[in-house]
Amino acid sequence: MKYFPHTQQDIEQMLQVAGLKSLDDLFAEIPAELQFNREFALPEAMSEVEVRRFFEALGKKNSNLICFAGAGVEDHYAPSIINPIISRGEFLTAYTPYQPEISQGTLQYIFEYQSMITQLTGMDVTNASMYDGCTATAEAMMMCVAAAKKRNKVLLSSTVNPKIKRVVETYAKFNGIVVDVISEKDGVTDLQELTEKLQAGDVAGVILAQPNFYGIVEDYTGVADACHANKALMVMNANPSTLAVLKTPGEWGADIACGDGQSLGIPMSYGGPYVGYLACSNALVRKLPGRIVGYTNDVDGKRAFVLTLQAREQHIRREKANSNICSNQSLMALYVTIYMSLMGEKGLKEVNELSYSGAHYLAEQLVATGKCTMAFDKPFLNEFAVKTNVCAAKIQAALLEKGILGGVRIADDMLLFCVTEQRTKAQIDTLVDVIKNI
Amino acid sequence: MIRNYDKLIFEISKEGRTGYSLPKNELSQYSLAALPQALQRSSAPELPEVTEFDVVRHYTNLSNKNFGVDTGFYPLGSCTMKYNPRINEEICSLPSFTGLHPEQPAECAQGALEVYYNLAASLAEISGLSAFTLNPYAGAHGELTGLMIMRSYHIQRGDLKRTKVIVPDSAHGTNPASAAVCGLQIVEVKSTANGTVDVEDLKPLLDDTVAGIMMTNPNTLGIFETEIPEISHLVHECGGLLYYDGANLNALLGKCRPGDMGFDIMHINLHKTFSTPHGGGGPGDGPVGVRAGLENLLPNPQVKKNSEGKFYIDTDDASLGSVSSFLGNFGVAMRAYTYILTLGRENVKMVGPLAVLNANYVKESLKNEYYLPIEGVCKHEFVFDGLADKSTGVTTLDIAKRLLDYGYHAPTIYFPLLFHQSIMIEPTETESKETLDEFIAVMKLVAKEAIENPEIVKSAPHTTPVRRLDETTAARFPKVTYKQMKG
Repeated sequence: MKYFPHTQQDIEQMLQVAGLKSLDDLFAEIPAELQFNREFALPEAMSEVEVRRFFEALGKKNSNLICFAGAGVEDHYAPSIINPIISRGEFLTAYTPYQPEISQGTLQYIFEYQSMITQLTGMDVTNASMYDGCTATAEAMMMCVAAAKKRNKVLLSSTVNPKIKRVVETYAKFNGIVVDVISEKDGVTDLQELTEKLQAGDVAGVILAQPNFYGIVEDYTGVADACHANKALMVMNANPSTLAVLKTPGEWGADIACGDGQSLGIPMSYGGPYVGYLACSNALVRKLPGRIVGYTNDVDGKRAFVLTLQAREQHIRREKANSNICSNQSLMALYVTIYMSLMGEKGLKEVNELSYSGAHYLAEQLVATGKCTMAFDKPFLNEFAVKTNVCAAKIQAALLEKGILGGVRIADDMLLFCVTEQRTKAQIDTLVDVIKNI
Repeated sequence: MIRNYDKLIFEISKEGRTGYSLPKNELSQYSLAALPQALQRSSAPELPEVTEFDVVRHYTNLSNKNFGVDTGFYPLGSCTMKYNPRINEEICSLPSFTGLHPEQPAECAQGALEVYYNLAASLAEISGLSAFTLNPYAGAHGELTGLMIMRSYHIQRGDLKRTKVIVPDSAHGTNPASAAVCGLQIVEVKSTANGTVDVEDLKPLLDDTVAGIMMTNPNTLGIFETEIPEISHLVHECGGLLYYDGANLNALLGKCRPGDMGFDIMHINLHKTFSTPHGGGGPGDGPVGVRAGLENLLPNPQVKKNSEGKFYIDTDDASLGSVSSFLGNFGVAMRAYTYILTLGRENVKMVGPLAVLNANYVKESLKNEYYLPIEGVCKHEFVFDGLADKSTGVTTLDIAKRLLDYGYHAPTIYFPLLFHQSIMIEPTETESKETLDEFIAVMKLVAKEAIENPEIVKSAPHTTPVRRLDETTAARFPKVTYKQMKG
């Protein structure tokens, strides 16, 4: 399909106005040796009929599995009304709302997003969203170092998802930030080691996870006080869906909360697009990277919303910026805003209740097979780790044969299972039967 | 706009209403109540209580206060606001792709990996480089990734002194910010009077502390950097690498490739050149390409193909590390690949020429009314330095706001910083001559109003859902949530 409307006559008339004879004249200054003169090695144009057929055939090379995998990406229910709304051209094809007079739709939904995310996390403020949970956590680390000024060390709990660790460590490496990993003990952060390391007085921030990588809901009592007594900031990477029921980062005393909004009904889509969130206390608002929408009035006194706090560091002192983030994941922020509106507090609680029930039933049944034991004796919500006396890879392969994505392998003898509201008792029973029969 | 709707979702909330339906709990004997009280939140989050229909009306009404490419023309320089075909949306929503979990074994995601691999290969062909990663999430994220590749290249060769990166004074604002976040120091190189990199100013900057140079070509003034072979030679000779900011790639599509110009690393904004929707600010996608010899440095995970044609996911020890949770905004990559396939090789090569034709047509049609500081053929965009007649004090901001009244998005304004009253216009190839003629007529009308009735321009916009905003109060007393707004 040609997505350009030019007729031959248009081209000729426009060239004439430009005082040129041919389209090649538009590129006359480009040295001949730099001009590209062959055909691209790309397929010929496909019609819609052909391109549909092409992708449907490719789709058949993927397996749609019954998902018991989590590890940061969960198979949640997506209300049908969200896609039609976010597909409206006025949202989908809009630019960043730099012209607020014709962008109130975008600006208002970001304001609503900010309002809801702060409610879930118990934090004062949040930005308009980040790329994903990993980069949001890396940006949280950069905020800690920027706020601490002369400290360049952060502590990272070993119970943080390894994918987040990898991104945080990459950002740290190029910024001269030292990431010191705090050990885990029985699946949770070793708080004694954490406190000792804080006492060295050189820590800018501490990064923790809730629930952690093993699905455990950690008890962070006393951590905020230990951080603040040593002038370090407390960062909590939290799954936002679970925050409808779990003690919030704000309640734990965290200075920064971050994470991935995928659990708020976003399709798994092989890793993206999702939406990261980054929220903080009022004291840190001027260190918060990215866009922020604020409330104001227009010249006629009419309520309006606008990008605000633009005079922050990365805008006025670019060469000393702590963040280079320019965009947000606006459309995905709209996605989760609609999701949170539809679900409300009750719906989110019910999602957690259903997931909790399914996960705890599955855990009990797996233990009953005699092939698995709970890896940790700790409270969990919708995800948990088991140790198995059968090879974990063998279990996964057996499940795959039945069309089940059976957990995530985290060691040769360890599997991580996640259950969401989308899983039925029958599906859980099938999974358990497969393992029983290995 | 159908009606003047001004409610927040919280303001239409009514206790007891719900907008969801979930299955019955078959296993209710396992209850959350068993979770230790100390781990549970003390009070419920204050989220709206609304019906599904409330939600549909609310957000539909909000959308009516928004302007998008579907609504009207966006002459927005450096943003490449072209038409976003709907087939791309349909394809990226196919359940056989949206249902894939990233932990799914590669043998169960061969179709998705093939999309990733083939899009990366197509981008390599179009840009003249060797290999691409699709992992970075946006243009600025791609820049950061590209600079990490540049630094890793020097570090792995034991060349630890190279911590400076040269950036032209006309560069996109993200360039210096990305360099800073990558731990590099920025050195600015000046432009000549005709807006291109001043090679004489560049020469003394080149020494063994230079990691490389970041350039966009054509530059932000829409001018092709004809001295690029010389610049490439000089920078490489001093041991540095050339980074290509792909924000302006649309201009050259089919005519000239960054790899052939000597660039070693580049990013592409799929949401610009390859027509994925801007979504009000994202999700974007910022694939990064490298020349042969730098492939190992690309971020993990990497998608590869074995000798039997099977795709697999690999991690490379030489890699700079990871910049994303998995393989980037895969759904956005699906859209871009669909765009390339539907456009096809015969049409991809027309994108650059027609985008450039449109820009020159607008430029030549308006250069009597607006001051054109750099004459000559431009590429995909060009910059006016305000009105030709500035006597009535009408500024670039006023012109931008007046255009909103006439149903156009504003151009990019006050950028690049080389001029005081920059108006940067990029029409893209998907706009027709008729659309451009109407825009030209309105631009001329606004220039006329600026002389005959300057007040109407200075107080614009008049017909938009809201008018000029009090941004000072918003920043001084920030109220960024409903709770703060209620006070």
